[in-house]
Amino acid sequence: MFAVGNETKQRSGDTREVQVIFTLSRERVQLHTRPVTYQHRPVRHEQPTNALADWITQQVMAEEKPWALFSEVGEQGYLEEVTDIMKQHFHIVCHRDFSQNPQLYSEKIQAMFVWNAQPAAEPSLLTSLPSLKVVANGGVGIDHLDVPYISGLGVKVTNTPGVVSDATADMAMALLLASARRVVEGHQLAVDPKTTHLPLCLMGFEVTGATLGIIGMGDIGHKIARRSKGFDMKILYHNRNRRSVEEERAVGASYCQNMDDLLKESDFVTLAVNLTPETTGLISHRELSLMKPTATLVNISRGLVVDQDALVKALQCGTIRAAALDVTHPEPLPRDHPLLTLPNVLITPHVGTNTYATTRRMVEKMVESALAAVKGQPVPNEVRPK
Amino acid sequence: MEEEKPWVLISQVGGDFGYLEELADILTQHFQIVSHQDLLDNPAVHGPRIQVLFIWKYFPAAEPALLRLLPSLKVVASGGAGTDHLDLPFISGQGVKVANTPGVVSDGTADLAMGLLLASARKILEGHHIAIDPKTVHMPQSLMGVEVTGSTLGIIGMGDIGHKIAQRSCGFQMKILYHNRTRRSVEDEQAVKASYCERLDDLLRRSDFVMIVVRLTSATAGLIGRRQLSLMKPTATLVNISRG
Repeated sequence: MFAVGNETKQRSGDTREVQVIFTLSRERVQLHTRPVTYQHRPVRHEQPTNALADWITQQVMAEEKPWALFSEVGEQGYLEEVTDIMKQHFHIVCHRDFSQNPQLYSEKIQAMFVWNAQPAAEPSLLTSLPSLKVVANGGVGIDHLDVPYISGLGVKVTNTPGVVSDATADMAMALLLASARRVVEGHQLAVDPKTTHLPLCLMGFEVTGATLGIIGMGDIGHKIARRSKGFDMKILYHNRNRRSVEEERAVGASYCQNMDDLLKESDFVTLAVNLTPETTGLISHRELSLMKPTATLVNISRGLVVDQDALVKALQCGTIRAAALDVTHPEPLPRDHPLLTLPNVLITPHVGTNTYATTRRMVEKMVESALAAVKGQPVPNEVRPK
Repeated sequence: MEEEKPWVLISQVGGDFGYLEELADILTQHFQIVSHQDLLDNPAVHGPRIQVLFIWKYFPAAEPALLRLLPSLKVVASGGAGTDHLDLPFISGQGVKVANTPGVVSDGTADLAMGLLLASARKILEGHHIAIDPKTVHMPQSLMGVEVTGSTLGIIGMGDIGHKIAQRSCGFQMKILYHNRTRRSVEDEQAVKASYCERLDDLLRRSDFVMIVVRLTSATAGLIGRRQLSLMKPTATLVNISRG
């Protein structure tokens, strides 16, 4: 219990001193005042509002927030503004500060936020966090996390499906259109100091009415199909499991049980699978050679789904027309990699979810999952080992 | 049969500014071709024979000086939907018909409109430059775009191309507003879930993406000026696929 001096204005305009008394409890702060009586001066006062009590409650409860480890702000980490979302519910420590003073933090950390695979959830780090309850990943892909191992430590793993889907599907369409209609080359010609006449030979590939083959028809794949429908594209898809009739009809998609059929018939092949042992190197020499020489490969899944050496060869030889990639392996590619200089390749630096709105939603989901895990409540978006 | 095919004047075949060879084949099925340069080299021989002028990307320009060389001209056929580069009253006054190519351009143009919108919103150009830059060693985290899904698209000019743009935007669950000289039918509006904005100012204030899809006429020249731009959201993007 402690007291803070305060002043209350009286109707007469005089100010008098009152003693403000706080009663601390786990649930909230009780606030009331009693007048300080001066000799010869009777005091009247008004009870203060609850705003002050609420503020003090917040400060007190803040002391009880759990601790979370995250990578960094800026550089390859988070935007400054989204860390506010974490700070609402957690005390956060960045990996650099943690590394410099592990003893100070290691016992306290109950949650680890992973963004762009940082901090790396390796045994050396995880075993130094005895209180860790959850590894919360930003993004839906968790190929960089050893889920069985982490679960074996008694630590839950969570990701952020759903919230990433719209932005990623938008990105897939952006890549497809930019590649098909040669937007990057067009812009470069348009702004080139040497351009004096409009070039007439910059020809692209017709998107309307073309055949789109979607490999991987999960949430993101289905949203890509929905967007393509507006372009009157013929939509084929291949998936481990066939979707329901309603889901197919909603987007006008036809199932290809045999992926080879999809590859042979598509003008655009879009990869929307997650990276697993089954999908690693899914698209290699053979698959590329089945594709039309006028076809474009669009990849918004993971770099390792494609045999990159095979892709380079296919692009160099004209086995396929072009590739548009938001993902490669590694990221970024080594600076002498042939993909960087091929004229028929469009590469973006893994920005499929890079909008302020989606980034915020991802962090909100991470925090929601982590908080539930720390409190021992049912954990949304938990990834269980198979 | 060769002698009976009518003569057509075109800019040129091949080169940076001419027809692609394969497109010229379509012409030669029905016409004998004279290039603009050949005409200028020998106007007395070629001029009187020419019955058709094909214009492609503004060339050859249908100016009085050229038309004077073509006494037998019956028709000016311009590739594209826009005809703002043609003095229609003058040409018609010469007894020459004018034709354009509406409809067939609409899908390709609508596709490009979406391509530009998405490329701008998701910073495709910057992304590509960073990805291939020899100096890039880390993945950039601060390259942030704006959300397309669920945003508001304002289409100015709801003709064939504008309507197709609206159709494509539906798939992205964009909220679609439009402004047009005349309101479209209820069926046309409902087909693409577009809401009519009688006042252009309302559309400008509410849109995240403003798409200009009008023809160039005296009424639309300078349609978007300082005042109109100041009404737009500071976060908004202007997309123009009509005329500069």
